[in-house]
Amino acid sequence: MEEIYAKFVSQKISKTRWRPLPPGSLQTAETFATGSWDNEENYVSMWSIGDFGNLDSDGGFEGDHQLLCSIKHHGDVMDLQFLDQERIVAASSTGCVTIFLHHPNNQTLSASQQWTAAHYHTGPGSPSCSNAPCTGVVCNNPEIVTVGEDGRINLFRADHKEAVRTIDNADSSTLHAVTFLRTPEILTVNSIGQLKIWDFRQQRNEPTQILSLTGDRVPLHCVDRHPNQQHVVATGGQDGMLSIWDVRQGTMPVSLLKAHEAEMWEVHFHPSNPDHLFTCSEDGSLWHWDASTDGPEKSSLFHQGGRNSTFLSHTISNQANVHQSLISSWLSTDPAKDRIEITSLLPNRTLSVNSLDVLGPCLVCGTDAEAIYVTRQLFS
Amino acid sequence: MEEFDGEPTVTWIPGVNSQKKQMCFDWGPGEMLVCETSFNKKEKSEMVAGCPFIHIIRKDIDVYSKILRKLFNESHGIFVGLQRIEEELTGKSRKAQLVRVSKNYRSVIRACMEEMHQFAVADKDSAIGRQFSSQVSILSAMELIWNLCEILFIEVAPAGPLLLYLLDWVRLHVCEVDSLSADVLGSENPSKHESFWNLPGNTQTLTELELRWQHWHEECERHLQDGTFASNPHLESLCKVLLGDDAALLEHKELLSNWYHFLVTRLLYSQPTVKPMDLHLYAQSSLDLFLGGESSPEPLDNILMAAFEFDIHQVIKECSIALSNWWFVAHLTDLLDHCKLLQSHNLYFGSNMREFLLLEYASGLFAHHSLWQLGVDYCDHCPELGRVSLELHIERIPLTTEQKALKVLRVCEQRQMTEQVRSICKVLAMKAVRNNRLGSALSWSIRAKDAAFATLVSDRFLRDYCERGCFSDLDLIDNLGPAMMLSDRLTFLGKYREFHRLYGEKCFVDAASLLLSLMTSQIAPRSFWMTLLTDALPLLEQKQVIFSAEQTYELLRCLEDLTSGRPLCGEPDAQQLQDDDIETTKVEILRLALARNLARSVIKEGSLEGS
Repeated sequence: MEEIYAKFVSQKISKTRWRPLPPGSLQTAETFATGSWDNEENYVSMWSIGDFGNLDSDGGFEGDHQLLCSIKHHGDVMDLQFLDQERIVAASSTGCVTIFLHHPNNQTLSASQQWTAAHYHTGPGSPSCSNAPCTGVVCNNPEIVTVGEDGRINLFRADHKEAVRTIDNADSSTLHAVTFLRTPEILTVNSIGQLKIWDFRQQRNEPTQILSLTGDRVPLHCVDRHPNQQHVVATGGQDGMLSIWDVRQGTMPVSLLKAHEAEMWEVHFHPSNPDHLFTCSEDGSLWHWDASTDGPEKSSLFHQGGRNSTFLSHTISNQANVHQSLISSWLSTDPAKDRIEITSLLPNRTLSVNSLDVLGPCLVCGTDAEAIYVTRQLFS
Repeated sequence: MEEFDGEPTVTWIPGVNSQKKQMCFDWGPGEMLVCETSFNKKEKSEMVAGCPFIHIIRKDIDVYSKILRKLFNESHGIFVGLQRIEEELTGKSRKAQLVRVSKNYRSVIRACMEEMHQFAVADKDSAIGRQFSSQVSILSAMELIWNLCEILFIEVAPAGPLLLYLLDWVRLHVCEVDSLSADVLGSENPSKHESFWNLPGNTQTLTELELRWQHWHEECERHLQDGTFASNPHLESLCKVLLGDDAALLEHKELLSNWYHFLVTRLLYSQPTVKPMDLHLYAQSSLDLFLGGESSPEPLDNILMAAFEFDIHQVIKECSIALSNWWFVAHLTDLLDHCKLLQSHNLYFGSNMREFLLLEYASGLFAHHSLWQLGVDYCDHCPELGRVSLELHIERIPLTTEQKALKVLRVCEQRQMTEQVRSICKVLAMKAVRNNRLGSALSWSIRAKDAAFATLVSDRFLRDYCERGCFSDLDLIDNLGPAMMLSDRLTFLGKYREFHRLYGEKCFVDAASLLLSLMTSQIAPRSFWMTLLTDALPLLEQKQVIFSAEQTYELLRCLEDLTSGRPLCGEPDAQQLQDDDIETTKVEILRLALARNLARSVIKEGSLEGS
């Protein structure tokens, strides 16, 4: 972990996402998008970290990220996902879901489609046009799934004006995040600590499976699926706890790891090295979890200034049923044999790190201290 | 009362007829609310349509500038870092560390200045460009003052190095203000002097330096006396300058941009080993000579003079008056306080100066829709009034989304502000209940450990059940977990749902004893007892005997409790009569069922096992 560049951008960053690379491409990530929040005028912006030679017109140095274009966004940007190379979907605190189109030739962003009342409240006490923030969005071109504070799940299709499917009152509490498991199945997490799996092929509006932690109903804020093993899911909670779940195995998490001191806002498996996991939190830290079982030489090189820790495995379900060949380093439980190395990536403690994204050797994250950090050498 | 330089600016409020109507106003932390009243200026009341709006007036436009935000954020990081390292440092490393912090602050100001300069240059002719330019000069002045304070108060440069620091200071600020030339007096001769001084290595003591300088000075003077340069007036003038002749220096006034440049030049040629304590004498005379009675000193000049006089309080006071934003004085005062330079200067309203300034700055931050998170840290580091100030501010932050609410709550919880946590959670829970998000409402009351609200939510659930005959949000009630213990009503709700589940799974005996315990343990609200008893009916009517005799007696007792406690109130109307009818029928059915069950259970218990 060599260099991490910070830049102050005069807006609190709520989401950062790398632009996906064309499949089979050998390039490294070059462009990322950010969304801001808590401003009177919020923006969705595109940034570039391409090489500019030694000094560019702004006096910024090589490696410093530059703003390409931005567009005003109504309401806080609650979530951001790339639909494909050019289109990005933004979820707003006004309950609106927008698809923005990026024009690379003249470097502008424009709103290409919008669903304005994707999320709203209905209730005896709420006025008729009461908006509910849309809290999470996930894309699988051309499908877009959104969830919100109104406990509603929407399935949209790009270029279709109306929602393809809506599950009203899917949850009595707020849905915080959503991810795809297998294509017709999604998994949502809510503010009473439950994971629910929904199958869009089924007509009834009931989850096919509910998983939850025993003990206190700690709200879960983020979820990510293992890139290769579609039954392994990681969630982060309000108490900063990282949980790894195997959705085929019972209703309890496979392991619970004490992580941050405050809410964990995002958790990401590395898309090409899934033995690496990244989490960021309200406590201002960003952690890199390395569960790869490489030799000791590699770990010590990796480990400058990091923190060694054996993970506290709190297995609840019976592991004997797990197929040996499919065992993932995240699911294995032998504390003596497998250690997860945890490294903190940000140099100083800062205000909350709201979002992070990883692609190849590049990582980008955004904070409430109005700074964006980028590194291009994650595995140096 | 301070005197103002000019007339106060007038701001017109749009839509308000200020000729005819009077306005009223109220101050806020950084803003003012103004609206039109119905009082007229003239005697007779005219029915003039009034302006229906309340206007918010902000004085402090600095806070809203995009580039200045970077200043606020970066300096916040430096501030917090300074408070953290404070305890660890002692002795020499402490001073070096404090100087480094000061330089950090200054580099942040410079970065901001340069960025703004780009905008100013790009937009030269428009009003905005001029605004940027004026902002650049304000920042430049701030950096000038800070730099001088760093040299005099933090670095505490002794005689000797003092002049070099001052030279750097002037050079830095003269060169950047787009002056015509690296002017002759400033740059040419010091280079001669640098080699003369030969300071790297610092092998010479102050007295040695002074002796050498004296010697050189005398030589110069001798040359002048002898008329060596008589043929060339330029060289002669130059020689006079090298001797520190005031008149000669002033002849080239146009090359000196300001009086402090003049001061440093004078010192360079006449008093290079000037002691810090003597600075103010030279400063005052330089100011007077330079201005020559033509113009009066500007605020910046007064501030610099106060610094040369080592009057820190005066510096801070003047800066507070001159600058429109508390940023500068707050951070500078805090840094100087860490240098232990401020005596506990008690202001008449009981706080100390550092805290007062920091809290004023923090208040301004809290008034900003986005920068309130920075304000929290500033309050944290004000031991006397910070916490109280934070408690008041944090409750007033508008909460538009749950995520923002979570951040605010985290701030409160980290500081054990339980009252604020409860009040915020209550607001959010009420909003959730109104929007029919009972699960969210429950999760907020669990977070606040608010038993009363949990009871309210449970009552809502129970009411919904009574109305609809089934539970909504089963996913929530089925999975309450230990949160169930938060309030009695919630426990009842959970247990009641469990009863329904047991019944559904045909575990009748367990269901029956659970139902009974709900009534006997008094956690069921009385209003619900009828429903519970009615729920017992199918169990009583089952083929096999479920309730034992003992249990049946208990049920009977509960029924009696319920019916005896129901007084008739006044004149019952038709509806109530009908309700009463239903009630009576229910009670009768129950009594019959209970009696039958009692009979069967007595027989069953009385007979031998196996029957």
